[in-house]
Amino acid sequence: MTIAASRALRNDDVCFVGIGAPSAACNLARLTHAPDIVLIYESGTLQTRPDVLPLSIGDGELCDTALTTVPVVEMFQYWLQGGRISKGFLGGAQIDRFANINTTVIGDYAQPKVRLPGGGGAPEIAGSCGEVLITAKHNARTFVDTVDFITSLGHGGGPGDRAAAGLSTAGPVLVVTDLCLLEPDPETRELVVTSLHEGVTREQVAEATGWPIRFATRLATTPPPTAEELHVLRDLQERTERAHARA
Amino acid sequence: MAEIVSLHDAIAEHVGDGATVAMEGFTHLIPFAAAQEIIRQGRQALTLIRMTPDLIYDQLIGAGCADKLVFSWGGNPGVGSLHRLRDAVEQSWPQPLQLEEHSHAAMAAAFHAGAAGLPFATLRGYARSDLRRVNPNIRSVVCPFTGEELAAVPALRPDVGIVHAQRADRVGNVLVEGIVGVQKETVLASTRSIVTVEEIVDDLAAPSPNSVIIPAWAIDAVAVAPGGAAPSYAHGYYGRDNAFYRAWDAISRDREEFRAWLHEHVLEPQTTGADS
Repeated sequence: MTIAASRALRNDDVCFVGIGAPSAACNLARLTHAPDIVLIYESGTLQTRPDVLPLSIGDGELCDTALTTVPVVEMFQYWLQGGRISKGFLGGAQIDRFANINTTVIGDYAQPKVRLPGGGGAPEIAGSCGEVLITAKHNARTFVDTVDFITSLGHGGGPGDRAAAGLSTAGPVLVVTDLCLLEPDPETRELVVTSLHEGVTREQVAEATGWPIRFATRLATTPPPTAEELHVLRDLQERTERAHARA
Repeated sequence: MAEIVSLHDAIAEHVGDGATVAMEGFTHLIPFAAAQEIIRQGRQALTLIRMTPDLIYDQLIGAGCADKLVFSWGGNPGVGSLHRLRDAVEQSWPQPLQLEEHSHAAMAAAFHAGAAGLPFATLRGYARSDLRRVNPNIRSVVCPFTGEELAAVPALRPDVGIVHAQRADRVGNVLVEGIVGVQKETVLASTRSIVTVEEIVDDLAAPSPNSVIIPAWAIDAVAVAPGGAAPSYAHGYYGRDNAFYRAWDAISRDREEFRAWLHEHVLEPQTTGADS
């Protein structure tokens, strides 16, 4: 999943990075095919090149290896809202068929079954980044027909909804899961499977999705990880694990 | 004008029961020592403001100091949930916690508006987010020039703003280095402000004229608290204790285990030093 996500990033991207899978994917891209990619974390570190993956978006490693560090107000107002960021990377507890994301609550807001961390930077990353990538583990609890709460807008209920909300950005263009790649249908904006990872069947994906999932007419197979990608990622993860275990 | 006082006296004088308190530091320079002093002094019914509640508010909430939380992301970064926060929201333990929930962009803009003496902040934000539905403090304004509809949130004006920094000079001018978050905005937006510092020095030794300095005359109290940001970190002084952030998950998951931890590490030592 991390490797497939990293391939979606280009050398000329300016990327707003979240913690976890997005951070791993972005740094893998930087250490393989996209050495000049600009990584920005919402703590205000611009153009950072961490040697180990941060546990939080503000680890010292990010500031130490950044071109510059700016106040959070500037981060959100000039760089994000100002339209300087080409790709945003989001995850979510629930993602629906139009790529709307819930990171707020499962169940009713006032009496939640599970209280999740909340929006953080995501509502505006979803609105202001040129394009949005999403990563998530593929199961029917996450990929639901309708999210309990729209924290961050994807494609709303279909074509035209983003424009009606005053947005001119593309929104989610790709969802990377551990089973497949999904992209919004150009006409309906509903997520359809465009590529299956090696060894994954249509039935597996259908079972792990909370709505009757559609498959593209020309369904691809995701190329398997290369030896280099695997080596660089494992190396990065080992370094990170060692660094964070130290008290 | 900043008075240089002990941490105990700074909290005793400036943080009253029922106050609205913002303790900021965006993953860096989080004022843990000050928060733990608030817990030791047994403050009640606080409204806590913070973009990322983090372990610091998990401790204050679990200790029963807070009635309300104004926030934008409430998790243990890279680890998972804040269990004391969740327990208060889901089970009302140790008491119910009212939430006012925003996004990071809106919180940052609201601190900025507070510091700038404006009544509200505007942003191109919250597009079709249900946060608008559950938070009556997220509204809309129409641009008088273009007619564009923008989101609006009220300025944040805490009774007390508390931040941690690397050092102060003997007059109380403060140097902040590294990830500077919304600390300056918090001090300037608040009616009263407390800055805890690693050390007080004769010369601030600011690395350049562009360094982030908060002048003494914009601060009410400066208190020395070495290690006062741990288990978060102070750039140039000590690193983030990521192992403790991970360990917190188990400590905070169980009410009794949390209480035992609080007793041993915060209530019992009766010192103003940091804990990690």
